[in-house]
Amino acid sequence: RGARLTLSLCPQVSGAAAAGAFPKRVKVVEVGPRDGLQNEKNVVPTPVKINLINMLSETGLQVIEATSFVSPKWVPQMADHTEVMQGINKLPGISYPVLTPNLKGFQAAVAAGAKEVSIFGAASELFTKKNINCSIEESLERFDEVMTAARAASIPVRGYVSCVLGCPYEGKISAAKVAEVSKKMYSMGCYEISLGDTIGVGTPGSMKEMLTAVMKEVPVGALAVHCHDTYGQALANILIALQMGVSVVDASVAGLGGCPYAQGASGNVATEDLVYMLNGLGIHTGVDLQKLMDTGTFICNALNRRTNSKVSQASCRL
Amino acid sequence: MGTVPSALKHCLSYQHLLKEQLWIGEPAAPHAGQESQASGLPEYIKIVEVGPRDGLQNEKVIVPTDIKIELINRLSKTGLPAIEVTSFVSSKWVPQMADHKEVMRGIERHPGVQYPVLTPNLQGFHSAIAAGATEVSVFGAASESFSKMNINCSIEESIEKFEEVAKSARNMNIPVRGYVSCALGCPYEGNIIPAKVAEVSKRLYSMGCYEISLGDTIGVGTPGSMKTMLEAVMKEIPLSALAVHCHDTYGQALANILTAIQMGVAVVDSSVAGLGGCPYAKGATGNVATEDVIYMLNGLGINTGVNLYAVMEAGNFICAALNKKTNSKVAQASFNNGTIN
Repeated sequence: RGARLTLSLCPQVSGAAAAGAFPKRVKVVEVGPRDGLQNEKNVVPTPVKINLINMLSETGLQVIEATSFVSPKWVPQMADHTEVMQGINKLPGISYPVLTPNLKGFQAAVAAGAKEVSIFGAASELFTKKNINCSIEESLERFDEVMTAARAASIPVRGYVSCVLGCPYEGKISAAKVAEVSKKMYSMGCYEISLGDTIGVGTPGSMKEMLTAVMKEVPVGALAVHCHDTYGQALANILIALQMGVSVVDASVAGLGGCPYAQGASGNVATEDLVYMLNGLGIHTGVDLQKLMDTGTFICNALNRRTNSKVSQASCRL
Repeated sequence: MGTVPSALKHCLSYQHLLKEQLWIGEPAAPHAGQESQASGLPEYIKIVEVGPRDGLQNEKVIVPTDIKIELINRLSKTGLPAIEVTSFVSSKWVPQMADHKEVMRGIERHPGVQYPVLTPNLQGFHSAIAAGATEVSVFGAASESFSKMNINCSIEESIEKFEEVAKSARNMNIPVRGYVSCALGCPYEGNIIPAKVAEVSKRLYSMGCYEISLGDTIGVGTPGSMKTMLEAVMKEIPLSALAVHCHDTYGQALANILTAIQMGVAVVDSSVAGLGGCPYAKGATGNVATEDVIYMLNGLGINTGVNLYAVMEAGNFICAALNKKTNSKVAQASFNNGTIN
């Protein structure tokens, strides 16, 4: 009864979207299988990962980030990247991007059947140094190799910018810096730039300021927001972004993925909670919330953990 | 995120970030008023702290009187302008509030802080006044079924009872705050039409309630339904007399609050540590956490007069006393495992 009540209480409110304040459609980019699982303590067996992605493919999601072609020494959770890539059902009309930090990863990804890749930049020098042991400029040079190869293979590349609203090392990040890095990645050929509030410290105030600066350099149609809910601000931040014309939003089923910088705190915003809000705003996503919740239940059982999605928590009969 | 070493657990400069760069513990910067004005948002928002009443009422563990008093005393030192203290309701109905007299008499009363109490009827009102209350609240609902199930009478009958309270209160110069439950949905009726919310709000306002707090009792509202409901209510009630009381059961509270303040609402109810689960969805959360609301308002440059760090400490105190984890994400992120280092 709970789930039916949820859905009947959240009908499509067509007025709000038609009023012009919000985009009519939003593309939800599901990052649970990669960003989510990568930040979960328990290593998930390959068949479970594959089943997760297959279930997500049935929900109406158009983009599902499948895995990361990074060295297993760094990220043991993603060691099975090739098996996962080759094992999933790839449904027509759905994109399965994978992370490729360098040319080697890119080549491995393409060999495993990847048709879209992502690269990760940052708006913070210190974060880049601590993360991949080089400067922002040097990281972009490495990505250039990937861009060249991707262009030759007609593979679209999505660019991420981390720390857009704050950095665990540097603290405050200037909006101008975010705009500068975003512009560089867009100019290099990334078709979309996902702006990540990596530690979830952003608020609608800083989100607005940052987007205003970035939108001077990158068309809003090429922008996405990747909000973390570590301080509970994610949906409010996403709301502001939508009001400013952003129509691509990253989220993670069941809110998978804690924050490595704040022990015990949450990380990614839950896809269920995002879709619930978008449904209530009359914004079309194409996503079936019930199927999404079922998928969240599956992966939480497999991980032996409670969901981070409030919609799921409220709808479940424990 | 990219290839982040998962061994990283603490970062000293991260704590530095919290305290000095993200305004935790600091009120809004001097020029913040301009920032909020330029964006069309209120310069100041009054936070009504409902933890000691709405919060504790919906917690399973019965809290000893001295703990309740200590919580309220701590909250009184945070800068919060209004703290809902207790409920003068029959202890048969609400055992948690059985010590209403002792709590009312036992708390420190700080100048400039309001200490409203719930009074469902005239008997409760007299009892509250005798115990020293100087402000009261009455609870209506926008749903007939909810009214029937909750207080065993129709909306009309409940309004009649409240009118008795409002009349006595007027004679004694006691301000009355009106709540409207189920403003965005009802656990029994489902959808609630905005016109009904407006109608009930108008009745409460006309009888003399100085403020109407619109409650998303089961947290099902979204920015879409919040906007539609407020548009209807704002036709009947001046904006300055409106407050929103959002539950975070579906994670929508801050987005709903943001929508309300974008429309000019300048009073927001919240509960320290997000105390108070939802009686209609087992295991789910209820009230939005005061810490998370203040964090957002600080980030928007909106003045609240509240010291966020002090609220987090009060939240830490009550969670330790209740032996439970905080529901505030700001508190979770700021302290190890939800408790102070």
